Amino acid sequence: MAENLIKPENLVYDKTKVLTDRVLHYCPGCGHSTTHRMLAEAIDELGIQGETIGIAPVGCSVLAYYYFDVDMTEAAHGRAPAVATGIKRVLPDKYVFTYQGDGDLAAIGTAETIHACNRGENFLIVFINNGIYGMTGGQMAPTTLENMKSTTSPRGRDVKTMGSPLKISELVASLPGTYYVARHSVHTPANARKTKRAFKKALEYQKEKKGTCLIEVVSNCPSNWKMTPIESNKWMEENMFPFYSLGDIKAPK
Amino acid sequence: MKELRLMKGNEALAEAAIRAGADAYFGYPITPQSEIIEYLMAQNTEERTGMAVLQAESEIAAINMVYGAAGCGKKAITSSSSPGISLKQEGLSYIAGAELPCVVVNITRGGPGLGTIQPSQSDYFQAVKGGGHGDYKLIVLAPATVQETVDYVKLAFDLAFKYRNPVMILSDGIIGQMMEKVELFEQIPRSDKEYDWATLGKKPGKDHVIITSLQLQPEEQEKVNLRLQEKYREVEKNEVRYEAYNTEDAEYMFVAYGSCGRITQKAMEMAREKGYKAGLIRPQTLYPFPVEIINKVAGQVKRILTVEMNTGQMVEDVRLAVGGKIPVDYYGRFGGMIPSPDEILNAFEQKGG
Ligand SMILES: Cc1ncc(C[n+]2csc(CCOP(=O)(O)OP(=O)(O)O)c2C)c(N)n1
Repeated sequence: MAENLIKPENLVYDKTKVLTDRVLHYCPGCGHSTTHRMLAEAIDELGIQGETIGIAPVGCSVLAYYYFDVDMTEAAHGRAPAVATGIKRVLPDKYVFTYQGDGDLAAIGTAETIHACNRGENFLIVFINNGIYGMTGGQMAPTTLENMKSTTSPRGRDVKTMGSPLKISELVASLPGTYYVARHSVHTPANARKTKRAFKKALEYQKEKKGTCLIEVVSNCPSNWKMTPIESNKWMEENMFPFYSLGDIKAPK
Repeated sequence: MKELRLMKGNEALAEAAIRAGADAYFGYPITPQSEIIEYLMAQNTEERTGMAVLQAESEIAAINMVYGAAGCGKKAITSSSSPGISLKQEGLSYIAGAELPCVVVNITRGGPGLGTIQPSQSDYFQAVKGGGHGDYKLIVLAPATVQETVDYVKLAFDLAFKYRNPVMILSDGIIGQMMEKVELFEQIPRSDKEYDWATLGKKPGKDHVIITSLQLQPEEQEKVNLRLQEKYREVEKNEVRYEAYNTEDAEYMFVAYGSCGRITQKAMEMAREKGYKAGLIRPQTLYPFPVEIINKVAGQVKRILTVEMNTGQMVEDVRLAVGGKIPVDYYGRFGGMIPSPDEILNAFEQKGG
């Protein structure tokens, strides 16, 4: 019986062609996968697959270039905004995005992030804030919450000796070079759709050369938070969102 | 049109970059090479040729901007001096690993650390042995004059694209800062060639382009290393450049490069006046190193003296080339000090001619 249902008119979801057929290596329930899909769908819906160049970071999403079916470069840890600058200065009419974790963007790459934003480079920065270093096994990130445990803050982040969690989105929003800065999540279908809308807006602003757009996605890390995906989403809602509040941080009127 | 001008080394280099049809320069100020970016900015290159010029927030950012632009198949160049070149090593390693073309200029100064702003050749090892992490090589060109500086900018881009490899122009504060007469080559138009390895946007019906130096499987990384080694053997076969003086009848040989090569040439001539049959080999490529000619000469001369503005770096490569056939001595000044021809001659005589 079931095969009779597989007809074009019954189609409710089709994988976007901007994602390749490779099996994602991300852990079950990880927000990286959904964020990939939202960004790929945004690129697809704008019809800019052949005009887009992406930059993968060092972090869990280092292999993002296998999944996005667009031309891609793999940057050194934290340097994606500089690589994107180099691309955009020689190809100003292409759509360029970087895809970076919190360690990549807000620790080792802070200078590259702030200066690209301050120059108002016309590209999209996608920033995955999971409050931890996922790839290297759960060390403290600049975004790790106060008292949150990680392998390098086993008794919880002590802000007196380890510093406070960094709100990099608010920081770059204060710079004249940024045009659109927003914080979203992908843990529910409604939130994922909002994230996709934000990506689309940011890419449209890029076409108009409005300046840097940074979309932060507050995300989870079930493996390193040592929770099930469902628990991790709940923990995120209860602990991450109060500190990293969702919504526009800087948006054009 | 070819053109004769009196120019400072750094400014001539910048002018040569424009004329070579460079698409982009990214750099960060540091003495003794800041004139390069200043000249490019003053030239308003965006209007003159469409070349992008940007002052980056650091040398790290600058080399990564080069990485991005090079990945689009564009002619990208950066310049710095010793401490800044250290910061570029991570990026250079990635560029070499991803097999992209670019030109990097090092107008060296003395070190270690912040060192001195005076000229030095103490970055020889860093330049010719790779410099960053991993098994890779830069092609290294060592100009001795402002004219060679200009000509090597063009050559560097040609070699970078021929081998898809970073090329370094290893100069120093003397050549960067001095003024000399130069003949400038004609403007080469910027190219709009689209390379199939470049990220330009995915073409319909084609696979997307990926630029990366990451290989998770050791078998794959080993293959990359083997491919790079094959490329370096080609470079060694085809690209060795040097100047040899008085090799025909020489009984003693000097080996020196760059500005120090010029000073040593004078010392060699003074030795000749004193009756020593002395000659000079001046490597113009430091990688690939002129191994063959040095080995050949070692079968003819009694001894070799390398002269360097460092504590003895190139001497190791000369000894490798000589293979123990004859004694190889070193003389040098360093820390920003420049040896005089008299000093070199004196050292030469003290070592027994
Ligand atoms: C120069 C350098 N330093 C350190 C590392 C090791 N490293 C790889 S990924 C990573 C952290 C990644 O964390 P994040 O950016 O938060 O991304 P996530 O993995 O959580 O998605 C580190 C420290 C590296 N590859 N290169």
